[in-house]
Amino acid sequence: MILRVSALVALLAVAGLGCRQDMHDQPKYKPYRQSEFFTDGRAMRPLVAGTVAQGTLRDDTALFTGKSGGDFVTEIPLAVTADLLERGRSEFQVFCSPCHGRTGKGDGMIVQRGFKRPTSYHVDRLRQTPVGYFFDVITNGYGAMSDYAAQVPVEDRWAIVAYLRTLQLSQYAPAADVPADRKAELEASLQALDAHEAAGEGH
Amino acid sequence: MSQLFHPAANSIAKISVVAGALAAGLVAILVLFVLPRSSYVTRQHEARVQPVPFYHAHHVGSMGIDCRYCHTSVDRSAVAGIPPTKTCMNCHSQIWNQAPTLEPVRESWRTGQPIEWVKVHDLPDFVYFNHSAHVNKGVGCSTCHGRVDKMSFVWQEESLLMEWCLECHRQPEKFLRPKSEVYDITYQAPANQLEMGHQLVKEYDVYPQVTCSTCHR
Ligand code: HEC
Ligand code: HEC
Ligand code: HEC
Ligand code: HEC
Ligand code: HEC
Ligand code: HEC
Repeated sequence: MILRVSALVALLAVAGLGCRQDMHDQPKYKPYRQSEFFTDGRAMRPLVAGTVAQGTLRDDTALFTGKSGGDFVTEIPLAVTADLLERGRSEFQVFCSPCHGRTGKGDGMIVQRGFKRPTSYHVDRLRQTPVGYFFDVITNGYGAMSDYAAQVPVEDRWAIVAYLRTLQLSQYAPAADVPADRKAELEASLQALDAHEAAGEGH
Repeated sequence: MSQLFHPAANSIAKISVVAGALAAGLVAILVLFVLPRSSYVTRQHEARVQPVPFYHAHHVGSMGIDCRYCHTSVDRSAVAGIPPTKTCMNCHSQIWNQAPTLEPVRESWRTGQPIEWVKVHDLPDFVYFNHSAHVNKGVGCSTCHGRVDKMSFVWQEESLLMEWCLECHRQPEKFLRPKSEVYDITYQAPANQLEMGHQLVKEYDVYPQVTCSTCHR
C-alpha cells in the first residue's frame, strides 16, 4: 500500500514537472515587452535620430510639412473625395473633438474640465488662413496644444484639414450656395430653429 | 485465532475500489477540464493594480474619449498599443498637473523612462492574434473586452481560451456588428442579430479560419 501511494505521489510529481510554462513565455521579444538588456527597460527601441526607413523619404514638402517655399500651401495636396472627408470626420471626432468640440466651437469635454479654451474655428481669421496652417498646427502643436504627429499619420492629418474646412462651411455658407430645389427645406428648418429659440430652450 | 477482519470488510473493500476509481475520475475531470477553465488559471475578471490609478471609467465612461485616441494602432496593426507618456501629457500638462497621483506620469515625462503598466491580457507566446483583422471586419472592442468604460482598473472579461476564439470563428454572425459601431463601447446587439450577422458576413466578406496555422504560426 505504502509503495502504491508513494508511486502515485511520484507520478503526480513527474506530471507536475511537465507543467512548465516555457512555451507560454518564450525567451523572445514581442511589442511592448520588457527587456533586461536595455537600461530604459524597453524591448522596442526608439529610432536613431535621422533614420529614414525604406519608402518613407519625405521629399514632398507640401504633403509632409504643409508648406511650399516657406509659405503655407493653400490647396490640400491630396485628392479631396467623399472618402477622404468621411475619414476626416471620424479622425476629427477621435483626436480633436475632446477639446475643440464636435462642431469646432472650442467647447469640448476636456475644455469643460478645465483645459485652456481654444479659439472657435468659426472666426474670420481661421476661415481665411490657408489649409497648410492647420496641417502645421496638427504636426507641430500650437501654444497649449501639443502636436498630434505621433498619433495621426500624414494622410489622416490632411483628411482632418479637409473636414475642418467642411465644418467651417457648415456654419458659414452663403444662402446663394444652397441648390434651388433644397431652399424650401432650409427655410423650414430655420423657422423651426427660430420657434425653438423663442420658446427659450435653445442654445 | 479470531478473524482479523469482520465479514463486512469484504464489501467495504469492494466499495472502496469502486469509490477510489470514481474519486480518481473526478480528480481527473477537475484537473483536465474544470481547472483550466477556472478563473484561477485564466485570471478572468481579476483587475490588476497599475502603477498609476488610470481609470477607463473616467476617461472613456464619463469623458467619452475614443479608444483610438490612446490605442492608436488598433485598426492598423496586430497590437492595439499602449499609449506613450506623451499622450497623457497632451491633457495632463494642464489638467491635474499638480496631483500627486499623476507624479509617476510626470516623472516618466521628465526622465524618459516609460511607465511600467501591468499586462492584463496575455495570450501564450505560441498564439498569434491580430487586432486590425478583427476591428476592420466588424468585431467590436466590447465583444472581447467587455464594458471597459465601467472599469476602474482593467480586467480580462473573457477566458481567452482556444475554445472561446473558435466559438466565434465558427459562427461569426452571432457577434458581428456594423463597422461604424466597432468603437462604441455601449453598443447593444439588436434583437435580429443573426439576420443582421448573416448579412454583414456577406457584405464584409468575413470568413474566419479555423485551421491551426491561422493562430499557431
Ligand atoms: C487637449 C486638447 C486639444 C486637442 C485634443 C486638440 N486641440 Fe487644437 N488647440 C487646443 C488649444 C488649447 C488651442 C489654443 C492654444 C493656445 O492658444 O495656446 C488649440 C489651437 C488649435 C488651432 C489654432 C487655432 C488658432 O487660434 O490659430 C488649431 C488649428 C487646432 N487647435 C487644431 C486642432 C486639430 C486639427 C486637432 C485634432 C488633430 C486638435 N486641435 C486637437 C487644444 C486641443
Ligand atoms: C486616455 C487614454 C485611453 C483611452 C481613451 C482608452 N485606453 Fe485602454 N488603456 C490605456 C492605458 C494607459 C492602459 C494600460 C493600463 C491599464 O491596463 O489600465 C490601457 C489598457 C487597456 C486594456 C488592457 C490592456 C492589457 O494590458 O491587456 C484594454 C483591453 C483597453 N485598454 C481597452 C480600451 C478600450 C476598449 C477603449 C475604448 C473604449 C480604451 N481602452 C480607451 C489608455 C486608454
Ligand atoms: C484627452 C485628455 C486626457 C488624456 C489624453 C488623459 N487624461 Fe487623465 N484625465 C483627464 C481629465 C479631464 C481628468 C479629470 C477627470 C475629472 O475631472 O473627473 C483626468 C484624470 C486623471 C487621473 C485622476 C484620477 C481620475 O481618473 O479621475 C489620472 C490618474 C489620470 N487622469 C491618468 C492619465 C494617464 C496615465 C493618461 C495617459 C495614459 C491620461 N490620464 C490621459 C484627461 C485626460
Ligand atoms: C477578437 C477579440 C478582440 C477584439 C475585437 C479586440 N481585442 Fe483587444 N485584445 C484581444 C486579445 C486576445 C488581446 C491579448 C493579445 C496578446 O496577449 O497578444 C488583446 C489585447 C489588447 C490590448 C493590450 C495591448 C495589446 O495590443 O496586446 C489593448 C490595449 C486592447 N486589446 C485594446 C482593444 C481595443 C481598443 C479594441 C477595439 C478597437 C480591441 N482591443 C478589440 C482581443 C480583442
Ligand atoms: C467575436 C468574434 C471573434 C473572436 C472572439 C475571435 N476572432 Fe479571430 N477573427 C474573427 C473575424 C471576423 C476574423 C476576420 C476573418 C476574415 O478576415 O474574413 C478573424 C480573423 C482572425 C485571424 C486572421 C488574421 C489574419 O491576419 O489573417 C486570426 C489570426 C485570428 N482571428 C485569431 C484569433 C484568436 C487567437 C482569437 C482568440 C484569442 C480570436 N481570433 C477570437 C472573429 C473573432
Ligand atoms: C482561432 C485561433 C485558434 C485556432 C484556429 C487554433 N488555436 Fe490552438 N490555441 C488558441 C489559443 C488562443 C490558445 C491558448 C489557450 C490558453 O490560453 O490556454 C491555444 C492553445 C492550443 C494548445 C495548447 C493548449 C494548452 O492547454 O496549453 C494546443 C495544443 C493547440 N492550441 C492546438 C491547436 C490545434 C491542433 C489547432 C487546429 C486544429 C488549433 N490549436 C487551432 C487559438 C487557436
